[in-house]
Amino acid sequence: MFPKPIEKSSRTWQLTYQGLLPLALIMWLLPLLAVAVFSIKPEADFTTGNYWGFPSSFEGFNNYGRVFFDSDMPRYLLNSVFITVPTVIGAVALSCMTGFALGIYKFKSNLWIFFMFVAGNFVPFQILMVPVRDLTLDMGLYNTKLGLVLFHVAFQTGFCTLFMRNFIRALPFELIEAARVEGIAEWRIFVYVVLPLMKPAIAALSVLIFTFIWNDYFWAIVLTQGVESQPVTAGITSFNAQFRAAYHLMSAGSIVAALPPVAMFFLMQKHFIAGLTLGAVK
Amino acid sequence: MTTALPQTEYDPPKSSWWRRNQIGISPWLFLAPGILFFAFYVIFPIFQSFNVSFYDWDGLGDAEFVGVENYQELYWDDAFYTSLWNNLLWLVLYLLAIPGGLFIALFLNQTVTGIRLYKSLFFFPFVISQVVVGLVFTWFYDPTFGLLNSIIGTFGMGPINVLGDENYVTYGIILAGLWPQTAYCMILYLTGLNAVDPEQVEAARLDGAKGARMLWYVILPQLKPATFIAFVVTIIGALRSFDLISIMTNGGPFGESRVLSFYMFEVALSEYGFRMGYGAAIAVVLFLIMLIFIAYFLWSMYQEERTR
Repeated sequence: MFPKPIEKSSRTWQLTYQGLLPLALIMWLLPLLAVAVFSIKPEADFTTGNYWGFPSSFEGFNNYGRVFFDSDMPRYLLNSVFITVPTVIGAVALSCMTGFALGIYKFKSNLWIFFMFVAGNFVPFQILMVPVRDLTLDMGLYNTKLGLVLFHVAFQTGFCTLFMRNFIRALPFELIEAARVEGIAEWRIFVYVVLPLMKPAIAALSVLIFTFIWNDYFWAIVLTQGVESQPVTAGITSFNAQFRAAYHLMSAGSIVAALPPVAMFFLMQKHFIAGLTLGAVK
Repeated sequence: MTTALPQTEYDPPKSSWWRRNQIGISPWLFLAPGILFFAFYVIFPIFQSFNVSFYDWDGLGDAEFVGVENYQELYWDDAFYTSLWNNLLWLVLYLLAIPGGLFIALFLNQTVTGIRLYKSLFFFPFVISQVVVGLVFTWFYDPTFGLLNSIIGTFGMGPINVLGDENYVTYGIILAGLWPQTAYCMILYLTGLNAVDPEQVEAARLDGAKGARMLWYVILPQLKPATFIAFVVTIIGALRSFDLISIMTNGGPFGESRVLSFYMFEVALSEYGFRMGYGAAIAVVLFLIMLIFIAYFLWSMYQEERTR
């Protein structure tokens, strides 16, 4: 193990390390902690200039209550859910199939199609912006959740295919050969042999895509406009316009907007990290 | 495994043609929906953008063919060079996330109690949306009440209006971007360090290697796959930077914090007018820059595939 395990070093260094850990963490999360403190302060603290002192009273319930009952925040959150969940389902379903096709079958253009997905996944969003916006307008889907979902599904299929194909490649190929010898139809091999083995990959991809889509901002402002379809990342700017200079409310709003992916991460940590670091180890 | 399969009551081979060609056709059936979607929303739009960049178009009326005029205008556009320069700054400085992530990963790669929670909390910034990161850092930099100025104020310095000063603004935004990116690189290296061969480390230790030499000659070569991925995601992240700029400064002050991705959006879809053709021309330039890296990534992957 590298660096040298701390248990094997001197007692003083061990204690120093134990003390350094929380200190480093606080430093690392300082900007965020500041916002958390802001979000429970009363408004009066900001007018009296008590920015960094102890909150003069605990107003957490009040502030977060206003975010939920006094603004469009719940609406935006719901929009985000209705955009994120269908995208996750769509992209994972499509890429299970493309990943299966590219991971199992040998045909001439296999690697080229795979590279098309990988390359497409890396392009800058701006090269797609004008045509995709135009396309969405033409289909009458501008400023709808569906328009956003369809694009996200298509774009995320690139990354998901890369992921699924590499995962399926690592499965034992003998299983498929054995099934073929038994005379089982190819689509049955997919459904009954490969899909059950892909559960960990599906879980990992789902949490990853959930986070990516929830946090998307660019496409949200390009393809949607109003409270009826904008997700929370775009909605937070109108929220901040509503509560201009009310820092305690803006902080509470930001924390609410950031929370769902954070909760997802802590609940599914193992899958999340397995997904992010696929390929980081040989 | 096969015992779990249901009775194969599927239609007996009535069409022997399907039987013979099943393995040849199946992959295309599985690929069809994915390829159609991807081609429709990603591949074709790339070519359409190239096409639009030769037109003068407001997004609604008729497009007028203007040849390379958009590119000529770009050549004389100061804002374009400011954006390009800032893109370069982003690319270079964003790479600091890689050594930064490695450093934190080395710091946290221990087995004391509670270390798992520490690792998760250090990773935290990556999970939060860039919009929130942007807001958090905007307040952090605020000249009247921001934490940064409170801190340097106790040393008798400041106040600095980071986001209002054209000399500091891009660096300030990049620093905000480095925060989640470093967390990402950290998690890549933590996973990589987990898989480092302990026997090699012990052998090197017996040979007297330690500290920086051990890191350089024994550990880093084994972390190569992690470094490659960290490099890919950091480059892509740097060239995609948009959210932070839009949230923190909206390109200002005086357009000094623009990058190509933001400038393109501003030209094509904001109060500055709807110049789709000019925007597309900027997007094409950004795409060509990205293409250099994409080609390199694909080439690396191709080498890898061949050795398998």
